[in-house]
Amino acid sequence: MTLTRASAWRCAAVLTGIALVVTACGTSADDEASGSDEAGDPAAAFEPPDLPMLEEIGAGEGELNILSWAGYAEDGTTDPNVDWVSPFEDETGCQVTNKVFNTSDEAVSLMQSGQYDVVSASGDASLRLIAGGDVEPVNTDLVPNYVDIWPFLKDRAWNTVNGVNYGIPHGWGANVLMYNTQEVDPAPASWSVVFEDAEQQDGRVTAYDSPIYIADAAMYLMETEPDLGIENPYALDDDQLAAAVDLLKQQSESVGEYWADYTKEISAFKTGSSTVGTTWQIIANLAKADGAPVDVVLPEEGATGWSDTWMVGAESEHKNCAYLWMDWIASPDVNAQVAEWFGEAPGNSKACDLTADPDHCATFHAGDEEYAEQIWYWTTPIEQCLDGRTDVTCTDYAAWTQAWTEIKG
Amino acid sequence: MRTPFSRRVSAHLHRRPRLRLWALLTAPMFWLVVVYLASLAALLVTAFWSTDSFTSEIVRDWNLDNYRLIYESSVYRTIIVRTLAVALGVTAVCTVVAIPFAYYMAKVAGPREQKILVVAALMPLWVSYLIKGFSWRILVGENGVLDNTIGATPGFGTAAVVLTLSYLWLPYMVLPVYAGFERLPDSLLDASGDLGAKPSRTFWSVVLPAIFPSVVAGSIFTFSLSMGDYITVDIVGGSTQMLGNVVFDNQVYDLPFAAAMATVTVAIMVVYLRLVRRTGALENI
Amino acid sequence: MWLPRPVTWALRCAVGLTLAFIYVPLLVVVLNAFNPDRVSTWPPSGFTLDWWREALTNQGALDATLVSVQVALCATALALALGTLASFALQRYAFFGRDAVSLLVILPIALPGIVTGLSLNAAFTAMLGLDLGFLTIVVAHATFCIVVVFNNVIARLRRLGETAEAASMDLGATRFTTFRLVTFPALRSALLAGGLLAFALSFDEIIVTTFTAGAGTETLPIWILNNLTRPNNAPVVNVVGTCLIVFSILPIYLSQKLSGTASGGRF
Repeated sequence: MTLTRASAWRCAAVLTGIALVVTACGTSADDEASGSDEAGDPAAAFEPPDLPMLEEIGAGEGELNILSWAGYAEDGTTDPNVDWVSPFEDETGCQVTNKVFNTSDEAVSLMQSGQYDVVSASGDASLRLIAGGDVEPVNTDLVPNYVDIWPFLKDRAWNTVNGVNYGIPHGWGANVLMYNTQEVDPAPASWSVVFEDAEQQDGRVTAYDSPIYIADAAMYLMETEPDLGIENPYALDDDQLAAAVDLLKQQSESVGEYWADYTKEISAFKTGSSTVGTTWQIIANLAKADGAPVDVVLPEEGATGWSDTWMVGAESEHKNCAYLWMDWIASPDVNAQVAEWFGEAPGNSKACDLTADPDHCATFHAGDEEYAEQIWYWTTPIEQCLDGRTDVTCTDYAAWTQAWTEIKG
Repeated sequence: MRTPFSRRVSAHLHRRPRLRLWALLTAPMFWLVVVYLASLAALLVTAFWSTDSFTSEIVRDWNLDNYRLIYESSVYRTIIVRTLAVALGVTAVCTVVAIPFAYYMAKVAGPREQKILVVAALMPLWVSYLIKGFSWRILVGENGVLDNTIGATPGFGTAAVVLTLSYLWLPYMVLPVYAGFERLPDSLLDASGDLGAKPSRTFWSVVLPAIFPSVVAGSIFTFSLSMGDYITVDIVGGSTQMLGNVVFDNQVYDLPFAAAMATVTVAIMVVYLRLVRRTGALENI
Repeated sequence: MWLPRPVTWALRCAVGLTLAFIYVPLLVVVLNAFNPDRVSTWPPSGFTLDWWREALTNQGALDATLVSVQVALCATALALALGTLASFALQRYAFFGRDAVSLLVILPIALPGIVTGLSLNAAFTAMLGLDLGFLTIVVAHATFCIVVVFNNVIARLRRLGETAEAASMDLGATRFTTFRLVTFPALRSALLAGGLLAFALSFDEIIVTTFTAGAGTETLPIWILNNLTRPNNAPVVNVVGTCLIVFSILPIYLSQKLSGTASGGRF
């Protein structure tokens, strides 16, 4: 460059000045940075910001921005017969815009923008949203259908903090194993088909592209390597995390691609790029409907899963519509429709009488509290061990995120 | 408008070149410095901070942890090297494909053929990046177009990423190289032939050095667009990760770390631009 | 110019292969617009016009296209103004930091989109507390479109020289009149070519847009991104792609004619 030295210094000074000014203005409002670790019950390891909840529902604002998992807010575009959004719009006048997210990380990021009114948060997103002040407490008195929700879904660690409810339970389900019936023979009964026996699939294994998948490996190790002492797949100390990471690194050599958006997994199974891997029931249903030779199984080692909660955005400008939506989606009829479409257990106990398939609830063990307790619901790993150990520090989600980058290589 | 006022202003300006310069530069400089540079600086400053691991809010304690992690951890080094390799590979492929094409367009084709070829080369620029990317997914996927027609396909992975990115950025290389060839006088090539050089010798000794600046100009685009890409990797890359993916994956949860990785990208590009400046290619973009 | 026959034929082969390379993927898109499969695969399992019918009534696609056009027009207008000012400053005057300024102009397009997107997002949301939307997208797009206009105009200015303007002022015209009657007509085609390229860049931009668009605004690329991941909407995206392929011929042909030389303007 032909800058003179003096002008170069001038440039640098100007730029540094800008940087300093910018720093003074700050890059994020973190003055209420909560999250200072306090000892005690892991669920109350933080002090959520003190946000007010709605006291009464007024008239609908005419608009609603929903942030949801794929398949939770269907408006007839995926399948003309599957639509519970249009009736909602007709009844309440709240015109719905739905944004689908693929992972809980995306959900947290999008909610932080403050532009969504209501979100279907899984357990590994809900507490982060609460701690970050992105969602506000929910007044369950304003949601008439709340009373019919299964009791074992209410007041749980992922949707209630210090006795304050932050959302309406939606439903729950397990991450099951999908396999190509022609390529994977005999039908698998264990997760070993994606771990130790993964090489048999010639690089066509797939896995969910999120650090939370490490819990699946940890859960598998609970059965196969009990000496590691893993009690809760979300409470991993450094050694346990290292063991899970090793298992996943080994698996990644057989992984063709990781999936986050569900159409990718459907197309991969349809074309044969993937032949076995973790999935959601809805993906298997859609793939089968499109002619892919697939089937699902819940392996013997158990499964991770999700228990979702509808939460209201703290900065939402359409809170009345938000509450109307939460009541709508929690109503027996609609809850039954969602549960059947997505392939999960409904949160409303009365939904079981209304499913088109009378065996739906039996298949998904809805209401079976014991079964429900066996699923390892997505939860954010934190430093305080979620299994109650106090002699070690567990790895937190930041460590998992970095481990995940290492695993993918 | 020959009012006395405009004439007075014009005369006033005429005597003061510095004032004219300021009048011209203020708006663009304000925009670029205040809007762009300041936000860039803000992001890069974030790289020196850290996050609260639970709420993922930024904690402003100054440290070098993010950079230390990148430096020490082998996976990030691998990713950086892989990204550089892909960017260079894409540039190489684009160059090799663009040169004969542009040469033909500039030197051999008739005027009508020229116009048609230029339109043909530029048309993909208007078709959405995503649509082209997904089309390549069908091309290279198992049982895809390549698999069914020639029986072999690179499958999802780094090779597919290089192919797809080369496809996407090809027009950005063709344009400057074509302009470069147009500026190359035919007489120069004829003279070379007159002096006894075979066409291949002419090519290596006369043509290539002459269009080298144009190639470098095109490479700025292919290189930088490949360095930061994360969408194509997602679509056809299988389980591959590049720099852009690390930045994208971490920007939710750990913005300071994502900013640190972004700084690495910026540093690489700045170095590249300085090298490029020396070749005089910036005149040829 | 003269080349031995085998070389010419080799070049023709190379051109043919390159054209095939460019157009086969686009052909796949067009074929899939008629493919009844919900999730695009190969080979297409049939032929149907259903997706075309759906696309024509798809309000989302039409709205998104409109937004994209509006954003692109605004961004191009801004880029034209700023790029022209900057190119005059850098071409006609020598001052300290001139090289730094020219580097600065290139920077938005030379740095990866994700860096630009992240910085602008952080600046808009965290520092300025703005809501992401139409305005923020326009600002982001204008920033990297400046260089496109800048390069075209500065190349033209280099060719023009200053003699015509000097002559005009010698004859008594003010600076403003000179610009209006002498400089601007000479620049017009470069401005149009640069403007068209800026429009194309803005119209198809996805990475920076995802970071600066927010929830409410959907440009066409964002609509495509959102719909490629929904089973029944993905084929509609292919229809949109086919339309884009067809409609893009016009602007390119226009920019060709306007640039004067056959090089279609440079950027």
